[in-house]
Amino acid sequence: MALRFEVLGKFNRARAARLTLPHFICQTPLFMPVGTQGTIKGLTNSQLQEIGCQIILGNTYHLALRPGPELIDELGGLHKFMNWKRALLTDSGGFQMVSLLHLADITEEGVTFQSPVDGKPMLLTPEESIQIQNKIGADIIMALDDVVKTTITGPRIEEAMYRTLRWIDRCIAAHKRPDVQNLFGIVQGGLDPILRDICVKGLVDRNLPGYAIGGLAGGEDKDSFWRVVAQCTASLPEDKPRYVMGVGYPLDIVVCSALGADMYDCVYPTRTARFGSALVPEGILKLKNQAMADDERPIDPTCSCMVCRNYTRAYLHCLVTKDAMGSQLLSYHNLSYMMRLSKDLHTSIVEGLFPEFVQGFLRTQFPKGDVPEWVCNAMEVAGIDISSCCAPLTS
Amino acid sequence: MRFVVTKACAGGRARAGALYIGGSSAAPIETPSLLLSTCKGLPAFISRDHLSELPSPDSLLLSVSPLHFLDCPSTKTISNIGGLHQMLGLQDHFFIAATRDSLESLPESVGCNKHGATFETPSGRRLVKPSSYKEMITSLMPNLWVSLADEVPAWVSQKRNKISVDRTLRWLDECLALDPVGGKDMLGFIVGGSDIEERKHCATEVARRNVSGFWIGGFGLGENIEERSALLNAVTDSLPEEKLRLVSGLSLPEEVLQGVAAGVDLFDSTYIYHLTLGGFALIYPVNIVDGETAELQLDDSLGDCTKINLRATIYRMDTSPLVADCTCFTCQNHTRAYINHLLNVHEMLAHILLEIHNTHHYLSFFRAVREAIKSGKFDLFRQRFVESRRIHLTSTVPCS
Ligand SMILES: [Zn+2]
Ligand SMILES: [Zn+2]
Repeated sequence: MALRFEVLGKFNRARAARLTLPHFICQTPLFMPVGTQGTIKGLTNSQLQEIGCQIILGNTYHLALRPGPELIDELGGLHKFMNWKRALLTDSGGFQMVSLLHLADITEEGVTFQSPVDGKPMLLTPEESIQIQNKIGADIIMALDDVVKTTITGPRIEEAMYRTLRWIDRCIAAHKRPDVQNLFGIVQGGLDPILRDICVKGLVDRNLPGYAIGGLAGGEDKDSFWRVVAQCTASLPEDKPRYVMGVGYPLDIVVCSALGADMYDCVYPTRTARFGSALVPEGILKLKNQAMADDERPIDPTCSCMVCRNYTRAYLHCLVTKDAMGSQLLSYHNLSYMMRLSKDLHTSIVEGLFPEFVQGFLRTQFPKGDVPEWVCNAMEVAGIDISSCCAPLTS
Repeated sequence: MRFVVTKACAGGRARAGALYIGGSSAAPIETPSLLLSTCKGLPAFISRDHLSELPSPDSLLLSVSPLHFLDCPSTKTISNIGGLHQMLGLQDHFFIAATRDSLESLPESVGCNKHGATFETPSGRRLVKPSSYKEMITSLMPNLWVSLADEVPAWVSQKRNKISVDRTLRWLDECLALDPVGGKDMLGFIVGGSDIEERKHCATEVARRNVSGFWIGGFGLGENIEERSALLNAVTDSLPEEKLRLVSGLSLPEEVLQGVAAGVDLFDSTYIYHLTLGGFALIYPVNIVDGETAELQLDDSLGDCTKINLRATIYRMDTSPLVADCTCFTCQNHTRAYINHLLNVHEMLAHILLEIHNTHHYLSFFRAVREAIKSGKFDLFRQRFVESRRIHLTSTVPCS
């Protein structure tokens, strides 16, 4: 185990912790921007540090294609290759294959897919995924899991969950660098509480450095989503980090943190930036919108990032979706927003002001009091009274 | 704005100068110097935090095209925001506004008429009249601005070239008449194509007006490189010594040296932008007069020995910086191998890192040019630079 996880503060299920990784001491809850190909689109390392980014996620599938694990290994690992001094996490590559390639087929051996380079059939086994991730050298590596769409039901879900458990042992056996890289297991089991429970127990028995909740954020309804998170966080060990994969909407992060999750990743903040949308406390600001053309305010007057301190919505309106600088500046702001959200979550839990933070957040996002029902339900389980944020029922 | 010639080369036209542009307390910008190209007022890829890490005050001069704001924001909004400096968050930088922009809006001489100049812009062909141009300038509040011109390429007929000169002079007078401070912050646009007499005539006429300096246009538009020096000399010889001269359209290092030799002080160059988009990094040593590096690297098999193409596979495993002793952000932090990877996977960071390095490098080149002028060795500098390129071009080393 190459990490330390110290809970610094709690509010019911929510926790703020110090996560010490080989390359960086992080504060949770935290959001990890996705740097698919060894870079966060349009931002330099110094900018990422400036906005408080702690862990960057790299995609094993993409990195294995280009520049290739051998090259990364030979040049001293991904940290050195991209000169990122803080923490890195790599996924297993399985999800990318299943979601990007139509021709992926999963067998007991591994994930078979058609090479995007020469079309030849290729096989990614749990052993290989770990071997590649060992070469890339991230602080946290992910086990290869059998990924199924959340919306699928029936025996396939069960098969995938049991296979994920069988594969974790192969991953553990293949992991050559447990002293410097932390292998996280992934809880599968779809929306079925019994399967999820079996998977959590199976993984916890293996005493891994951390656990991820997988198979979510794939189009399932929000009520199912938070219930799976709540169930898993309730039965995962207190002293290990919990990572909800693929979650990145600010509201989802607040809810999951209230339910006791610690880590998140998503392409959303940078992708939406390229389409001209800015994250603001109220939700989304579409800078392409004609109303922005003569708006002399910053994106978010409460944001102190480099972009908000210097640029008006009017100027950004003429940059976004047209010029490289538009997506650079908007990505910078959006990631600043996510980092500020992470920090606010951490601080409010440590200072014992978490309910107040959640209430303030919801009031800003839902000024009319129309907080979605799933959020209300989740907050009840999280033990946070948000009645003051919800409009009284009109009868 | 105040300009002083600080050193004139004996027996030549090249000169070093100091441009006082940012109030009395600001350090002067030494010339010959480079105007950084911008898209909508900002460098294509360098954001303000990295811009501030470039050598200063060398990097403070930015060229801006009012045409980039034809669609938005409106002149009223720009005025409300407080002009370019406020809108771009670059309060300490200096903007020189001119319509010439080789990045995306090109002068389109065919569509020009007596009312105004036409330009091909991303939103189609647009006619700009002196009055609407002045209105844009008023809202943008650049430090200096250039009169409107009917810029034509070198291949137009003598008749068309003459019309271009007449219109450009007339629009200069219109711009002056519209300017409440009577040309105090204005550079007069000089055209004349490839015709020595028209060039002299235009330069002499513009010099008679009350302008603060000169923007020498009509270059880089298909003229013969052999005739260019004579044209440039004809222009600068017709201009008063004590005023600022800027040339637009001379990009390559050799062209810059040609311009410096003709007595030009500022250069509006899109060279860095095009290099960066192509995946190139400048690598040539700039201290070629005093240093031990008089010989440019001849062993480099890629690029033309002033630059390397980072897309080439030989950089796949190259863990050295672009230039070993370069102090720019890119060279201090990243390897050729990483930039090669970023280019391979089409990541924007490649262009950010290359534009930072190339800008830094080109500014160093200009500093070396200034030092050569100050120490009376400009001719030697130019000769060595051009020679080493020629040696390289005739050597057996394969170059791409
Ligand atoms: Zn901001
Ligand atoms: Zn450099």
